[in-house]
Amino acid sequence: MADETSERDIPAKPRRLTDPKFRALVFQILASITVAAFLFFIVRNTLHNMELRGISTGFGFLDRVSGFGILQSLIEYDESSTYGRTFLVGLLNTLLVSALGVFFATLIGFVMGVLRLSSNWLINKLATVYIETFRNIPLLLQIFFWYFAIGFNLPSPRQSITVGESLFLNNRGLYLPAPVFEDGFMATGLAIVGSIIAVIFLARWARKRFEATGQLFHTVYASLAILIGVPTLVYVATGMPMHLDYPTLQGFNFKGGLTVIPELFALTLALSIYTGAFIAETVRSGIQSVSHGQTEAASALGLRPSWTLRLVVIPQAMRVIIPPLTSQYLNLTKNSSLAAAIGYPDLVAVFAGTTLNQTGQAVEVIAITMSVYLVLSLVISVFMNWYNAKMALRER
Amino acid sequence: MKILRISVLTAVATAGMALVGSAHAGTTFDAVKKKGFVQCGVSTGLPGFSATDDKGAWKGIDVDACRAVAAALFGDANKVKYTPLNAKERFTALQSGEVDMLPRNTTWTYTRDTSLGLNFAGVNYYDGQGFMVTKKLGVKSAKELSGAQVCIQAGTTTELNLADYFRANKMEYKAITYDSSDETVKAFESGRCDMLTSDQSQLYALRIKLADPSSAIVLPEIISKEPLGPVVRQGDDEWFNLVRWSLFAQLNAEEAGITMKNVDEMMKSADPNVRRILGVEGVKGEFLGVDDKWAYNIIKQVGNYGEMFERNVGQGSALKISRGQNALWNKGGIQYAPPIR
Ligand SMILES: N[C@@H](CCC(=O)N[C@@H](CS)C(=O)NCC(=O)O)C(=O)O
Repeated sequence: MADETSERDIPAKPRRLTDPKFRALVFQILASITVAAFLFFIVRNTLHNMELRGISTGFGFLDRVSGFGILQSLIEYDESSTYGRTFLVGLLNTLLVSALGVFFATLIGFVMGVLRLSSNWLINKLATVYIETFRNIPLLLQIFFWYFAIGFNLPSPRQSITVGESLFLNNRGLYLPAPVFEDGFMATGLAIVGSIIAVIFLARWARKRFEATGQLFHTVYASLAILIGVPTLVYVATGMPMHLDYPTLQGFNFKGGLTVIPELFALTLALSIYTGAFIAETVRSGIQSVSHGQTEAASALGLRPSWTLRLVVIPQAMRVIIPPLTSQYLNLTKNSSLAAAIGYPDLVAVFAGTTLNQTGQAVEVIAITMSVYLVLSLVISVFMNWYNAKMALRER
Repeated sequence: MKILRISVLTAVATAGMALVGSAHAGTTFDAVKKKGFVQCGVSTGLPGFSATDDKGAWKGIDVDACRAVAAALFGDANKVKYTPLNAKERFTALQSGEVDMLPRNTTWTYTRDTSLGLNFAGVNYYDGQGFMVTKKLGVKSAKELSGAQVCIQAGTTTELNLADYFRANKMEYKAITYDSSDETVKAFESGRCDMLTSDQSQLYALRIKLADPSSAIVLPEIISKEPLGPVVRQGDDEWFNLVRWSLFAQLNAEEAGITMKNVDEMMKSADPNVRRILGVEGVKGEFLGVDDKWAYNIIKQVGNYGEMFERNVGQGSALKISRGQNALWNKGGIQYAPPIR
C-alpha cells in the first residue's frame, strides 16, 4: 500500500525528464536529425551549384565505355568495357596487392620479430638493422627504389634470364607457364576440394583425440598425403586433362603464359618489407610482454625451446600482438594506394585517376573510392576483432 | 600522396559548391584584379611549355599565356604566381578555384569543354600525338609496333588516343600509366617500355630530359588532333574574354608586324589597323575592362605570337620545333585570330 501511494505521489512528467536514459535518447535523436539535415543541405546545395556551373553529376558515367587499356586485370577487360568495369578491375588489383602484402609482411614480421630477440649477436643485430632501416625510410622512396632497381638491373626481353626455356625474367616482368584446363579437369578440382575438407575433419578428430587421450597423431604427414595423393590419383586416372601454355617471345615481348608485372612485384616487395618492420616490432613487444616466468616454467617442464615458443609464448603474446597488427594491416591496405606512382593499376590509379579524369566527375569518383577504403578497413577490423576474441584467454 | 591531394582539391571544390551561392559573371575577373596577380596553373616541368630555368623562373609558351593576361590587366607581365599541376590534378584545381587560368598543354575536347564546367579560351599551340622509341628497337613506323609496351601519363587524352590507334590498326599493346612525367620518362629510360607516347611537341621536350637524348627517336606518325589552349572556369565571361583576347592580340600583332622591339615606333604608325591594336585610336580597352594600352603592354613585355613561339619552342630554344601548323593562316599555317576592330 505504502508503495503505491509513493508511486502516485511522483508526477509522471518530471520523472521522465530527469531520467538520464530518456534524456540521452532525446539528445541523440536531436543530434542525428541535425547531422542528417546538415548532410541533406550540403548534398542538395552541392548538386545544385554543380549544375549551375555546368559540371555533370550523377552515376550514369559508370555505364559509359571507358576507351582506355589497363595493364593488369584479374577479370575480362578491354577498351570497350565500361567505367563500372574499370572500378572492378582497380578494386581487384588493390585487393590482390593488399592480400599479398599482408601475407608477406606477416611472414617477414614474425620471423624478424623473433630473430630480434635471438641470443645470437649477429642475428639479433641483423634483425635490428632491418627494422630500424626500413621503418624509417618513407614508403614512397622504397617503392621507387625497388621499382627502378628492378627496372634498371634486369635485361631486356630479348636477353631474358631463363630457367629451362619455360620461365623467363626480364625488365617487363616474370613470365611463367600458365595451366590450361581441359574438359575433364572438373573431377580433379572436386578431388582437391574434397581432400581439403577431409584434412579439416582429420585435424579436428586428431585434436579431440589428443585432448581426450593425450595421444599425438601426426596430422601433418597424413594431411600432406591426402592433399597431394588423392588429387594426383584422380588427375592421372582421368587422363591428365590439363596442359601448360608456355610464354614465347613474339616481336618485342613475350606472349602467352602468366605474367607477374614488375609493378606488382615492386609494390608487394616494398609494402611487405616496410610493414614487416613494424610488425616485427609489434611481435617483439608482444613476446616480451609474456612474463619470463612462463618460459622458465616451460623449460622446467622439459619443453624444447622451439616448443616453448610455439606452445607457451606465442599463444599468450598473440593477445597483445593482434590489436596493433590490425592497424598495420589497415595501413598496408591504405598505403597500397601509392601504386599510382609506379604505374600499378590499383583502384586509385585506375578509378580515382584515369576514370576521374576522363569523366571529370571528381565528387562521385572520390566518394566511391573513399567508401571502398572505408569498407575494406571495416572488414579487416571486424575480421581481426573476431580473431582476437577467438585467441582471447579461454578458461577450461 | 597523390590521392590525398586530389581528395583535398575535391573536398575544397565540394565545400565551395556546397556552401556558397552561384557564381555570378565577373567574379574571377574582380577577384584577380583585387588580389593583384594571376594564379596560373602550369605543368610540373615541360621545357618550352612551362618549366623553370636555372634561376627558378618559369618559362614557356603556357607561362607566357598567363604573363600576357597579367600585362593586359595590370600593365605588368610579372604579376603572376604559378601552381605546378600534373595531368590528373589540373581540372579539379581549376574548378575549385585554386588557379584562375590553366594554360597547361591541355587539349580542347568535347567532354572537357561541355561537362567539366570549363571553357577553352583559344588555341596557343596546334599539336598531335606522336611516338618516341629507343633507337635500339630499330623501328621506322608506328605500324611496326604491335605487341609493344607503352609508357604514358595518367589523366591525358594520350591514354585514349593510344587505345584507339592500336584498336583501329588491330595491333596489341600494353599501357603502363604513371602519375607524373618524371616517372614516365624514367621508366622509358630503364627499358620498362618500348615506347613513350604523348603530344609530339612534348616528346621533343621530354627527349631533352633524357640522360642521352640521341638514344631515342620520334616517329613521323601523328595519330590525333591536339589543339592545346588556356582553360578558364565557365560563368565569368569578362575573364574568359580577357584570356581569349590576350592571345588574339599576340596573333594580330604578329600579323601586323608589331614586335617587342618596334612597338614604341609603331605607336606613331599611320596604319589604322596598327593604331587600333595598340589602342591609339578606335577601339577602347574598357570593353575588356582594362587600360587602352593593354595590347601594347602585352607586345612590349611578352612579344607577339611568333616571337613567343621562337623564343620558347622554336629556333631560339633547345627544342627547335618549326612553325608548321602554328604558322599564321597567311603563311601556310592555321593560326588565325579575329580582327581587333
Ligand atoms: N594534351 C594532352 C596531354 C597533356 C599532358 O599532360 N602531357 C604530359 C606529357 S608526358 C605532360 O605535360 N606532363 C607534364 C606534367 O605532368 O607536369 C591532354 O591535354 O590530355
